Amino acid sequence: MDKTVPDLAAAVAGIQDGMTVMIGGFGGSGAPIELIHALIDRFLATGHPRDLTVVNNNAGNGHVGLAALIEAGMVRKLICSFPRSADPVVFTELYQAGKIELELVPQGTLAERIRAGGAGIPAFYTPTSYGTDLAAGKPVAEFDGRPYVQERWLKADVALVKAHLGDRLGNLTYRMAARNFGPLMCMAAAHTVVQVSRIVEPGAIDPEAVVTPGIFVQAVVEVPNPAQEEDLNRARAVYPQVAQ
Amino acid sequence: MTVKLTPTQMAWRAAQDIADGAYVNLGIGFPEMVARFQPPGREAIFHTENGILGFGEAPAPGTEDWDLINAGKKAVTIKPGTAFFHHADSFAMVRGGHLDVAILGAYEVAENGDLANWSTGPRGVPAVGGAMDLVHGAKRVAVMTDHVTKDGKPKLLKRCTLPLTGVGCVTRVYSSLAVIDIEGGRFVLREKLPGLPFDELQSLTGAELHTPDPVADLIVPEL
Repeated sequence: MDKTVPDLAAAVAGIQDGMTVMIGGFGGSGAPIELIHALIDRFLATGHPRDLTVVNNNAGNGHVGLAALIEAGMVRKLICSFPRSADPVVFTELYQAGKIELELVPQGTLAERIRAGGAGIPAFYTPTSYGTDLAAGKPVAEFDGRPYVQERWLKADVALVKAHLGDRLGNLTYRMAARNFGPLMCMAAAHTVVQVSRIVEPGAIDPEAVVTPGIFVQAVVEVPNPAQEEDLNRARAVYPQVAQ
Repeated sequence: MTVKLTPTQMAWRAAQDIADGAYVNLGIGFPEMVARFQPPGREAIFHTENGILGFGEAPAPGTEDWDLINAGKKAVTIKPGTAFFHHADSFAMVRGGHLDVAILGAYEVAENGDLANWSTGPRGVPAVGGAMDLVHGAKRVAVMTDHVTKDGKPKLLKRCTLPLTGVGCVTRVYSSLAVIDIEGGRFVLREKLPGLPFDELQSLTGAELHTPDPVADLIVPEL
């Protein structure tokens, strides 16, 4: 078994028009910048994929990563909890022009919907959002005298995730708070693509330290020294570079 | 003009109620300052919903690690005892009743405990983040807020007018003028600024203030 792929272009080659794509990260931490940029490269070269539904906690920041994917016109709908950031101008302008759809989900409900999708649980009840606008139209039931809102699982065709170490079997570790949605999204997608800072031999990751077991991963690509969204934005980076 | 507490002073007052050993989530913005005022001898563990328990102070500028941030996306540090976890575990801590205290900001709080703090109405881009999760599960949900809006209108009301974050969830309000508990669907005044007449405080509050017990002076150091 060898889940490693040679380069970023090969890693994102299977993503088709209209697919639902989960993208890991909370703000910039854990954002798979290089995988996203490889997907933009493919779109610029071929016109595909487009009309994507993207699941992420946020809506991108500045003009790199997820914001650049949205700016390129590849995203039809965003499912997220917090489409604000230091510089959310790309999403905000498209949203206010009615050019991108937004499904707003409370953050814990978003995480649990993704977990449920990966765990084979089609629906669950949560106290979150009861009595609020975000519970509109959803079934409510009482358990032990308290009201709860029914939420559905969330699954994806593809997940793009950033991890730290990975082996050819797909076992992963993460780096600090860059873990966030990564392990959940790996479970919830039919095809999970992970960029890791280093591919190691099986056994090099202590079995006690594996965070995502390889069964949840289909492709691993090595990206040494991955870019941080925050650093790119501080340098006012724009992807792709606009020809002068 | 009525003297009022600064956000820093409100944070100091809120910190005095956090017990030794408490697990605490602090909302984005002013509530984050509560962590700076832990009384000596008490150790509280702070939770940030993006997956860290027991994080440390902000790092020196230039030494940030952007894989190590809080819910407000500001850089933090690790310290002995820090733990990392994924988002589903993080919100299990929240909804599962494992947090002792959550301290949030507010646009409006009602005497029935309803909170509005995520949307100012249909204009603009809506964003909720973890607020709707945080108001459920923590044993105490407290709010830190100016007593009135920038226009001088009450933020403590009989019923919220803005979209709700949660129903009947708030148990205590640390305002710029007073400390108020929400008990049995009513505001119970616990502390008010010394020198602030009760009638004036009542006139700045959109619902009746009850005083079943003696009201203490709200005394906070200059910070």
